[in-house]
Amino acid sequence: MGSLKERVTVVGLKGYEWLEHRLGLIKPLTAAAEHPTPANNASWWYVFGSAATVLLILQVMTGILLALVYSPSANEAWSSLNVLNHNIALGWYLRALHGWGSDFMIAIVLIHMVQVFLFGSYKFPRELTWIVGVLLLLLTLGMAFTGQVMRFDQDSYWGLGIGASIASRVPVIGAPLVHLILGGPIIGGATLSRFFTLHVFVIPGLLLAGVGVHVWMVLHHGVSDWPMPGRLVRKSTYEREYHELTEKTGIPFVPDAAWKDAVFAAAILFAVMACAFFFGPFGPGGPPDPTIIQTAPKPDFAFLWIYAVLAFLPPSIETPVMLVVPVLGIAGLLLLPVFASQGERHWSRRPVAVLMVSVIAVTLGIFTRLGTYTPWSPIMNAWTSDPIPPKYLHDRTPLEREGAIVLQDKQCRNCHALDGVGGLRGPTLDSVATSLTEDQIVRQVLQGGGNMPAYGNALNPSETKALVSFLMTLRGNDLEPAVDASRTLSHSGFHAAPDSDPKTGQKP
Amino acid sequence: MSELLKYPGESSNNDLPPEAKAAAHTRRVFLFKVAVGLNMLVGAVLAVPLVGYLLGPAMKKKSGVGSWVTIGDVGGFPVGETRLAEIVSPVAGLGDGQTAKVACWVRRVSEQQFQVFAINCAHLGCPVRWFSESKLFMCPCHGGAYYEDGSRASGPPERGLFEYKYKVAGNSLVIHAGDMPTLATQASCTDKPLVQIEPATDETRSSWGA
Repeated sequence: MGSLKERVTVVGLKGYEWLEHRLGLIKPLTAAAEHPTPANNASWWYVFGSAATVLLILQVMTGILLALVYSPSANEAWSSLNVLNHNIALGWYLRALHGWGSDFMIAIVLIHMVQVFLFGSYKFPRELTWIVGVLLLLLTLGMAFTGQVMRFDQDSYWGLGIGASIASRVPVIGAPLVHLILGGPIIGGATLSRFFTLHVFVIPGLLLAGVGVHVWMVLHHGVSDWPMPGRLVRKSTYEREYHELTEKTGIPFVPDAAWKDAVFAAAILFAVMACAFFFGPFGPGGPPDPTIIQTAPKPDFAFLWIYAVLAFLPPSIETPVMLVVPVLGIAGLLLLPVFASQGERHWSRRPVAVLMVSVIAVTLGIFTRLGTYTPWSPIMNAWTSDPIPPKYLHDRTPLEREGAIVLQDKQCRNCHALDGVGGLRGPTLDSVATSLTEDQIVRQVLQGGGNMPAYGNALNPSETKALVSFLMTLRGNDLEPAVDASRTLSHSGFHAAPDSDPKTGQKP
Repeated sequence: MSELLKYPGESSNNDLPPEAKAAAHTRRVFLFKVAVGLNMLVGAVLAVPLVGYLLGPAMKKKSGVGSWVTIGDVGGFPVGETRLAEIVSPVAGLGDGQTAKVACWVRRVSEQQFQVFAINCAHLGCPVRWFSESKLFMCPCHGGAYYEDGSRASGPPERGLFEYKYKVAGNSLVIHAGDMPTLATQASCTDKPLVQIEPATDETRSSWGA
């Protein structure tokens, strides 16, 4: 037996030597994997970069498999996704893996970025690693947007329209830019083809090359050591200090540090699989037919916050903000390590950094949350689907009830809620009569203002009369009706305006 | 690579013995330089058509896009009403499928006078819907609203709805359609001045300030 085992070993070794003599890659790669790394960075905080890479590989694999069936033609794309969902065995699961993998990848890339920022790992000598990382984030978001286009449903169609409309605001080259993005004068086959090219060839190529450069630089400089308060990064000393630390406390990256990366990557892959299995694929939604207007287009999760911001920008500054702020933001991210390449790394000594991350995270969170229920949008069918609550019809005169019908008919509920049901675009009307007098309500309804259209042309006098008398009954829990202070004063005998003209002494 | 090629005349080569300088100044080095220049020339000649192909869609002349299409029988649009109509885009291409369709709102103001609005909101292009009772177009995306004549009523749009040019030919309503209407591509739309945005007055604000 022993001799057989020996012989097998010898053959195996010879085979390896034959291969490596010709390939010449196994030894250097093994050496790179086993490079010593300071023991203090073998931490669970250092696992996000490798997890993002693993997710990228998952996306490439599932993407290739989906491309076996997907038809990148405006005529067939939507149908081919339905075929994948329903007619191809496990097609739904592949789509779900790819969709959930994309959401997880964005999340992990962002967490990785925040970790690197808070740990000050972007400082000397890893500035370029950060800059390449920012480009990788942009490419990842580019994959998310072009991937949403691949779904080629209603959301995707109108999302392209939103993208083109933003591009159309660029001065001078707006029109050529729109045509370049759409590949023609309208959203159509050419548009899908070029986004397919971006999603499948251009961006993945750049992404894989960028990850290669990013990982190369990580190996070149070593994984950054755990930050310690008071241990400053100086260009003159850092590399020597890092080298000494590695000499003193170094452990081989594989396996002593990498086992945590491997465990986390497996957990993330499992989470993607679980989400894909239990929650299924994303869409496709309605077909990309622009004549179907019963739709409220919305972007995918990663872009909801942008969608929300676009609802809040005042029209007068919208275009400059849309075009300038992203440029400044990206430039700020890219230039960060150039301006802060030395000094303190530990988060406890960098309050501004911690504050920035907190503020940005809370802001993105709030806008994303708002984007999920779009309080700024009229609810298009509220006027037919949400009846006036019965309690607002009790003890009302016929005229007031007629007013309730006018309120419903004139689609007021699309923007105004009653008893918590209806649109959120305008204020709720439950206690409108306690804050506006009758005259003010009439004026507001007929002339509009404060983001409300004028209804003067849509209401005849009797409708207005009925509507206002109904609104006047809405006083919350029997609160006092609003009063016009000037009128109270004039009724109580205090005359702000004199009865007679002081100059002539004559009665007007 | 550059340090392997010892070019004569470079300062770093000054300490080389004359024989080495002469060896560096070979016909092969000269030919390599010529070859690099040749490749740059060929690359430039190659790049021109490639870039031209890439930018092709952006190079189309504005006026050339679009043509007149019949939208339907005039009788299909009663006076005083606003109705959804659809056409197949005259600029649709191969394999556009459903996306070749274009929807628009036709308002018949009087016997001979029409307004044909693009369905795309002037804010970011989402499809606006007509509400005949409140006489408003409302946008589902960011809450833009327009009056029945297409002028801006409220919300983020900075102008009224885009309008197509139209003419009545015999019994048919014909519109000029081409580019998807955006702020920059209104070639087929009648010119319409920006609607002045009135800032919400203090009075209006305070009247709601409960």
